[in-house]
Amino acid sequence: MAPRTRSKTAERTTFALDVNGERTELAFAPHKTLLEVLREDLGLTGTKHGCELGECGTCTVLVDGQPVLSCLVLAASCIGKQIRTVEGMAGAELHPLQRAFADLGAAQCGYCTPGFLLAAEALLAKHPKPTREQIKSALAGNLCRCTGYLKIYEAVELAAAWMRGEDQDPERETLYGRR
Amino acid sequence: MAGGNGGRRDRRDGPTDRRTDRRRGPIVPTVGPAVTRPEDLRVVGKTQRKVDAVDKVTGRTRFADDLSLPRMLACRLLRSPHPHARIVAIDTSRAQALDGVRAIITGKDLPIPFGILPVSQDEHALCPDRVRFVGDPVAAVAAVSEEIATAALDLIDVTYEPLEEIGSPEKAIATSDPLIHDYGDAGNLHKLINLEFGDVEEGFAASEHVREDLFFYEGNTHLPMEQHAAVADWSPAGKLTLWSSTQTPHYVHRALAKVLELPPARIRVIACPNGGGFGGKSDPFNHELAVAKLAMLTGRPVKVTLTREEVFYCHRGRHPVLMAIKTGVMKDGRIRAMHFKTLLDGGGYGSYGVASTYYTGALQTVTYHVERYKFQGARAFTNKPPCGPKRGHGTPQPRFGLEVQIDKIADDLGMDPAELRLRHLVPPHTVTANYLRIGSMGLGPCIAKVTEAARWGERFRKLPYGRGIGLACSSYISGAGLPIYWNNMPHSGVQLKCDRGGGITVFCGSTDIGQGSDSVLAYVAAEVLGVPVGEIAVVTADTELTPVDLGSYSSRVTLMTGNATLQAAERAREIIARHVARKLEIPIERMVFADGRIFDAENPDSGITFAEGVQLAEAAEGTVSTVGSYTPPRSPGRYRGAGVGPSPAYSYSAAVAEVEVDPASGIVRVPKIWVAHDVGQCINPTAVVGQVEGSIYMGLGEALMEEMAYRENRRVVHKIPSLLEYKSPTTLEMCDVETYLIEDPDPNGPFGAKEVGQGPLLPVMPAVANAIYDAVGVRVDEVPLSPEKVLKALQDKARGKEGRYGPTRFPEIPWPEPTVVAPPWEGGDGKGARPAAPTASAAPERQH
Amino acid sequence: MLRLPAFTYLEPTTLKQALRMKGDAGPDGAYVAGGTDLYPNMKRRQQTPRTVISLAGIKALGRRPTIGTGDTPTTLAAGITLTALAEHRKLQQHYPAVARAAELISTPLLRNMGTLGGNLCLDTRCNYYDQSFEWRKAIDFCMKKNGAICWVAPSSPRCWAVQSSDLAPVAVALGAEFVLAGPEDERVVPAAGFYHNDGINYLTKQPDEILTAVRFPAPNGWDATYWKLRRRGSFDFPVLGVAAWVSWDGDVVQDARIVLGAVASYPQEIPEAAQAIVGTRLDDDAVGAAAAAAFRPSKPMDNTDFGLAWRKEMTRNYVAGALAELRDRHARR
Repeated sequence: MAPRTRSKTAERTTFALDVNGERTELAFAPHKTLLEVLREDLGLTGTKHGCELGECGTCTVLVDGQPVLSCLVLAASCIGKQIRTVEGMAGAELHPLQRAFADLGAAQCGYCTPGFLLAAEALLAKHPKPTREQIKSALAGNLCRCTGYLKIYEAVELAAAWMRGEDQDPERETLYGRR
Repeated sequence: MAGGNGGRRDRRDGPTDRRTDRRRGPIVPTVGPAVTRPEDLRVVGKTQRKVDAVDKVTGRTRFADDLSLPRMLACRLLRSPHPHARIVAIDTSRAQALDGVRAIITGKDLPIPFGILPVSQDEHALCPDRVRFVGDPVAAVAAVSEEIATAALDLIDVTYEPLEEIGSPEKAIATSDPLIHDYGDAGNLHKLINLEFGDVEEGFAASEHVREDLFFYEGNTHLPMEQHAAVADWSPAGKLTLWSSTQTPHYVHRALAKVLELPPARIRVIACPNGGGFGGKSDPFNHELAVAKLAMLTGRPVKVTLTREEVFYCHRGRHPVLMAIKTGVMKDGRIRAMHFKTLLDGGGYGSYGVASTYYTGALQTVTYHVERYKFQGARAFTNKPPCGPKRGHGTPQPRFGLEVQIDKIADDLGMDPAELRLRHLVPPHTVTANYLRIGSMGLGPCIAKVTEAARWGERFRKLPYGRGIGLACSSYISGAGLPIYWNNMPHSGVQLKCDRGGGITVFCGSTDIGQGSDSVLAYVAAEVLGVPVGEIAVVTADTELTPVDLGSYSSRVTLMTGNATLQAAERAREIIARHVARKLEIPIERMVFADGRIFDAENPDSGITFAEGVQLAEAAEGTVSTVGSYTPPRSPGRYRGAGVGPSPAYSYSAAVAEVEVDPASGIVRVPKIWVAHDVGQCINPTAVVGQVEGSIYMGLGEALMEEMAYRENRRVVHKIPSLLEYKSPTTLEMCDVETYLIEDPDPNGPFGAKEVGQGPLLPVMPAVANAIYDAVGVRVDEVPLSPEKVLKALQDKARGKEGRYGPTRFPEIPWPEPTVVAPPWEGGDGKGARPAAPTASAAPERQH
Repeated sequence: MLRLPAFTYLEPTTLKQALRMKGDAGPDGAYVAGGTDLYPNMKRRQQTPRTVISLAGIKALGRRPTIGTGDTPTTLAAGITLTALAEHRKLQQHYPAVARAAELISTPLLRNMGTLGGNLCLDTRCNYYDQSFEWRKAIDFCMKKNGAICWVAPSSPRCWAVQSSDLAPVAVALGAEFVLAGPEDERVVPAAGFYHNDGINYLTKQPDEILTAVRFPAPNGWDATYWKLRRRGSFDFPVLGVAAWVSWDGDVVQDARIVLGAVASYPQEIPEAAQAIVGTRLDDDAVGAAAAAAFRPSKPMDNTDFGLAWRKEMTRNYVAGALAELRDRHARR
């Protein structure tokens, strides 16, 4: 359906948002960012925030498969689009990326983790077998202060292998260091 | 040393087991040790998912800002736009009238001061009469929404009378009026320290080579990705609950009780998982006190979440430190004497500053043997956000100076800097000149590993112009030997409860800040009681449910909570074993707890499940519940100031950094760092590697780009309080890291474990600086090692000047008379002699 | 959490509607494309429109690019995302400087949102201005918003905020043309004429006009590159940008344009630097002369990352580097 001209005034208006495959109708003011609506109106607090100015990548979610900064997207501009948050990644089982992040300690404090997972998921959708350089470039918009990124790269590589159907174990040095 | 048992045998005689349980009398072990040989370890030393890993990767972890309670109000703080001013009047009437505003408080509502250290109770929840930096809070609003609370801030009218601002320590020294605080050792100097361990002048005279250098280390901040947040809830029954992103719920508990004048028993503090801490969430903060008071006034839950800019104002990060180092050596590099002077820019409040100041002088002696040592440290108050403890607390700055100077000395002497260091390592199990007791000491193997891996011998001073490698080493405490406030109680307590279904719950006040402290509790209990890690629940960081642990600072948690858990678990094991032995009719010494079973070591088929074992014990004795606790061993130092530096165990690290320097721009790239860390014993090696890599990352950021920059001529505003302009390395700046783990078990560590969260950061900055010298032959004696400085040094060198960028003078400071302590090898007993006895406080100063 | 102030949000589907909405909203209205520039500014209360008019739903701005080859020029609709620009195969092939400049902007996340038009209209930046309301209050504001003084140059009558778009210097160097739709009619302006050297009035565009498309000359016979200086490999705005364009006559430079970004309030063309290489084979002497010629008028101020002396110094290196790249690429052809 072609988008119609819409006017959203400062009052709360009812919108339907498609989040993690489910449509929810809810009312919010049009100046609310997607970050705010996800966390405060939908209770999806898995999406975090570190600056609300687009300077850290912590609030990354997928909109129509593209990783974007939910702190700089109006929720009202996402009508009709598919929004995916970290809560949508796991069913009864973890997503391979989540499994790899957990196994390798790629999440330390875990605060930046949802953003990294979604940015990585978008990368793997495009490049099922990314090079280390492609991973670095794709994740260059997400800051992490705990890990130094290295375990994150290794987890993305491991998850990518699993998602390609390869039966791969983590490197021993990844888990045990060198001796 | 423990020989073939790698130290673990000693544990039974060590401080943990020797301690008397005050409630149950002396512990007389009747069961054989849980683990006697490394190969018997089933959990410890093996890779594991952290106990909270799945919650973290699914977004289920509830950080403080993720909490929402019915009827919750939002709080915002009004902050000072002045660096230094007297508050003349505050009129909140316009804000009060704003629809949706529920309460406004100012300094007069919370008049009692607080501060993390007993000697620096100089903060207020809201400034009552004076603001000391741009960002100092003066009022707090609770409103029905964050938007309204923010709008209300604009309507609060504060009348200020500006005072002269003090933007630098040099100006603080020179200014006696105004004084930023009405206390301190001299004028605007908050703290002055003068300690002398042996006659250094005599040591210099006896030296064959004496070097004097000046260094400067700019301040930087923790920058946790999570902005501080807190939620307070007040029950009409007279009880306050505070959830907060804090690393130290116990100290927050104490501060709340003091400032709010509530009995501690009516306050519950719950530390939420921290979205990064790094030391930045270790103080009790204004916003925590403000939301607590607002909740009490309104009877409604109140939440505050700081903006990123406000996180910069909380700060408590790395102190800017100016250093003057004079070192006398023999031709083989042996250090005869060292005189270390530091000047710290403390910012507007005390925070941990007294401890930080001591730390700038404490750990110089624990890596290379220093025969005589003199330390003079000063901390100035300035009108900037307060500095405090950041990863490495007070020691990265002097470590940078020391390791660069060692590199220069090696160059002067024509020695290989690796060789020089290796020749003069502090021997294990000795006491240093300043009375720090060294336990296991794996620095030698660390240096050997990184130099071999980096092909040091083939490449040092031999790479083409523009490329270089540099070495640096370090050491860090595994927990501070003394608590922040004087007491005789344990530093860490654990309760352990065995359920008749076979589950175990470990209760401990420790706080997980991402380092994995919750997991350590589970691993240790699982190892001792032989149950899967997944069947152990941990309850942590809740002052109502958990015994006190002092907090996640000073790299104390693995060693101290690990030992406390070990004691509790061994006690539970002993209770259960007693009844299982009776039932199975086998000697208690042969009892093995493993794989969820309890069985006979000589006949593994004869056994029962762990749950059955608990049931036997519970039937006989009632609920199977034990406690464990840990107090560090007493340090031999007895002089005033001896409280900072002692630790149950010291970790060691060595790093080689490789750099590429563009001589045309001064831009430095670090492609790779090799690091080796002596962790004693890995509890979870994957988590250990993660801590090492994270430390290297943070060190790299400090080395190359991070700085707290202020505009001194523009009202001392923070120049760049944002994630965009405060430069934190991205994936594209991070270097490759090759991590080597050295396991030299320490008798004081649980299973021999020492710290890993902070130590590996320390060698990064000097290793990069030394590598720059190897690459292009100039010295940048200042952190960060930014391109402007490198280029300036290169240009100076090209003009025939000294190829050096760095400070050129150390100001005159009115040092007090020194406390003189003879080193152990000169007949000293650890006590200090001082001409004039201090009057302010007779108690020895003790901070972490 | 930093939040947006309340506003009325409009989503027109045609340019006509958008222009009418803006006319109705008057000075209190603002267009938004990707939102990555406007929304942070609104959260910091640097800009406070009461009506925000999204350009994202306007079909004309989302047209697929027509990439010229040989003698055909290129037209890019202004709504194309920076990611699409950076990843466009034909653009990478025929206009590598454009694709490269887009790729160097901020982060992959932001490039998924930001647009060509938005980047070309990027607000000028200054670290006295890109701060929260409370921070700016502490220094008593600046003339770009709420105040009277330029803190970078307190005696200056004008604002010295920095042109910080990476695409703008490239567009000027390439001699691009911008298509503007106004309430009355459409007009085409050369890229160089789109910018003012004034931190406040940095665009010649009328407030109601919408930048709808960018036209680049046909790719035959010339080459260009863009070099960006910044602290980190992502996130950071340029502290110096060098766009260099040369047209070759055999092995001799027939014409050239060298444009500096992030050292003034507009993309600063340096004709003296271009003159230094016209008629040469871009030998080292010519490159050095151009670098020296660009160094002199490059006058960065103390309002971005890094020290201004070093940034000025780097002008020399970056101009030389960019020209050497063009020479080497030509030699390989």
